[in-house]
Amino acid sequence: MEEVLSKPIYRGKRVRLEKPELLAPAGNLEKLKFAIHYGADAVYIGGQKYGLRSNADNFTFEEMREGVEFAKKYGAKVFVATNIYVHNEDIDGIEQYLRSLNDAGISAIIAADPAIIEVAQRAVPLLEVHLSTQQSTLNWQAVKFWKDEGLPRVVLGREASLEEIAEIKNNVEIEIEAFIHGAMCSSISGRCVLSNHFTDRDSNRGGCCQSCRWKYDLFEDGRDREEESDMAMQPAALKPGITQLPLFEEEDHAFTMGSKDLCMLEHIPDLIEVGIDSFKIEGRMKSIHYVATVVNVYRQAIDAYFEDPDHYVLKPEWLDDLHKAANRPLNTGFFYDIPDHEDHIYEPEEKAAPYDFAGLVLEYDEATQTAVIQQRNFFKQGQEIEFFGPKGAFFKQTVHEMWDEEGQPLEAARHPLQRIRMKVDQPVAYFDMLRRKH
Amino acid sequence: MTKQHELMVTAGSLQECAAYMDAGASELLIGDACYGIRMPGYFSDSDIREAVRLGQARNVKVMMSMTNIMTNDMLRLLPDYILFLKDAGVHAVEYSDPSVLAAVKTYAPEIRLHWNGEMMSTNYATANYWGRKGASRVAAAKELSMDEILELKQHLEIEAQVQVHGMTNMYHSKRRLVESYMIHQGRPVKNGSLDKDRGLFLVEADRVQEKYPIFEDEHGTHIMSSDDICILEDLHLLLQAGIESFKIDGFMKPVSYNTAVIKAYRSAIDAYTADPGKYKFREEWLDMIRELQDPERELTFGFFYKEQVY
Repeated sequence: MEEVLSKPIYRGKRVRLEKPELLAPAGNLEKLKFAIHYGADAVYIGGQKYGLRSNADNFTFEEMREGVEFAKKYGAKVFVATNIYVHNEDIDGIEQYLRSLNDAGISAIIAADPAIIEVAQRAVPLLEVHLSTQQSTLNWQAVKFWKDEGLPRVVLGREASLEEIAEIKNNVEIEIEAFIHGAMCSSISGRCVLSNHFTDRDSNRGGCCQSCRWKYDLFEDGRDREEESDMAMQPAALKPGITQLPLFEEEDHAFTMGSKDLCMLEHIPDLIEVGIDSFKIEGRMKSIHYVATVVNVYRQAIDAYFEDPDHYVLKPEWLDDLHKAANRPLNTGFFYDIPDHEDHIYEPEEKAAPYDFAGLVLEYDEATQTAVIQQRNFFKQGQEIEFFGPKGAFFKQTVHEMWDEEGQPLEAARHPLQRIRMKVDQPVAYFDMLRRKH
Repeated sequence: MTKQHELMVTAGSLQECAAYMDAGASELLIGDACYGIRMPGYFSDSDIREAVRLGQARNVKVMMSMTNIMTNDMLRLLPDYILFLKDAGVHAVEYSDPSVLAAVKTYAPEIRLHWNGEMMSTNYATANYWGRKGASRVAAAKELSMDEILELKQHLEIEAQVQVHGMTNMYHSKRRLVESYMIHQGRPVKNGSLDKDRGLFLVEADRVQEKYPIFEDEHGTHIMSSDDICILEDLHLLLQAGIESFKIDGFMKPVSYNTAVIKAYRSAIDAYTADPGKYKFREEWLDMIRELQDPERELTFGFFYKEQVY
């Protein structure tokens, strides 16, 4: 039985599989609540120190406690990313910080550096340590090493293919977490100090300025070259007297390392059947709308698979929903093949997602068929809005009558966080969201 | 006499090994095509044996760099390879992935282990952790400042190695970024390699004076620094601190250049070792290097004196 289970399992010969954990990013307390309400089994957050998103809101210990309390009601867990490469000056505070995380009820830390891992194991043994993707772990011997060190879970490098994950699962009994959705470092995680060189910001301590998404010109050195280059265009005088051969023409897109975003929604059965224990969504810097939408779509897909694996089909509306929140083209990363020319973003990027998060439902009154909405973005009467909640998008309607708190009629929702009562066509509930196409 | 300071140089061929030993290298770091990465050349098994022999005759230690990102496929031949290295008499293996550490401990415990976590080797606690796992040396990250290196050294329970000269890696991806770009432009590379000999480089709009070498090999795409570290002027700070090994990375440099660099650092180390109290940096050592320096690549202090924020 054990042997059968540990092999990749394909349709028709399926043995009982564990439902994977759906792990979502939560950049702040509000996002945490949405991520969990919309279906995450666990969330990962950043604290004030030792995390890789120094620009994000990040949680105070007080907010962590509140987040953990909230999560408990749903049976969900809260992890904290402590995934920097530690420098000497960071060492002294580690123990105190980890004790505080433990006291706040955090379930696990995600750590890359043994300087943090060792302290955690000694000082707060009940706090789980998950090995961060920043260790770029791609082989089963390394996974086994970390298991022998007492770690219950390894987050693999983003370069692991399904086949490689299967081999790792076959050789080591340990929880494997893998990124399944979101933006990706195009470098091997941690093996990039572009920001350090370009801007003196330490990318591996949270200072990454996304230099991989900048535009570059690609040249060939024309000095000492006797034969003609088969790639170069006309020589360009970048510096006087020295031949630089540009590998692009005026009208060409610039060179970039920037990657399309990962999206494995269309391959949920493969991820489940290979035995990935935790499906990780990237994006602590992303909006509430994004987190709620992405989490919810994967929640529905995973649940649908487990309800009836043999008749599982991808619902087109899940993909539609994803695209309402996504702002980059998507691909499948390294799961099936090494990314190629179609997997990078050479064109100018569209910055905004096609839909705005317009409002949050706070209350619903059945008698009057009205809802109290907290305004999150401009909308007005006559516009079409869409309601969605933990079961997905469920109806569209035109904005009819609206009133402010004093009962004065409103033509438009202009004020951030204003409480607005409006007529709704179907029953809604707290935590449902309104979105509007721009 | 003060303690011994090693001068480590990366070598890409047997000829380079001989030339660099003549110039004053006391440690040679070499690599093979599978487990090595960003090495000036890749050694076959027979060349590894020969390099060790050449070294032994001169009392120079030959070390294998095995810091590539390890995949399952690469594990299959690893035990045999470690056994071969033991048989060849390799002095040390430089590792980054724990799978290499585990294999050396299992199959050739007599081979020394050096931890080179590349960008990860940033603090003494982690270095000492790897020390307890069996490493006897740490190669400090190239992004550390002088102060950080000196503090690291104070707390280390194992030897320290610091890169004092040469270019450094800024970025490594498993993606084939140059090939992909050329296909995207509709001008795919038909023949010829995109490897380091091609002389490809990137220029960023706000930094047009900086050329960042970029190349592709079977391990992916690599982008290198536009400047060459040179800490020769302040080498005495590292000597005083007792850094055990100074590394010159000869990657993407002509042999004549590397030879001059080795001679310059050898002169400085010997002068310091002879009489630390009277040691004085001499401009002519640096001039030996400047004469052969690529006019398009600046000699800099790298991150030694740069404030980094995050």
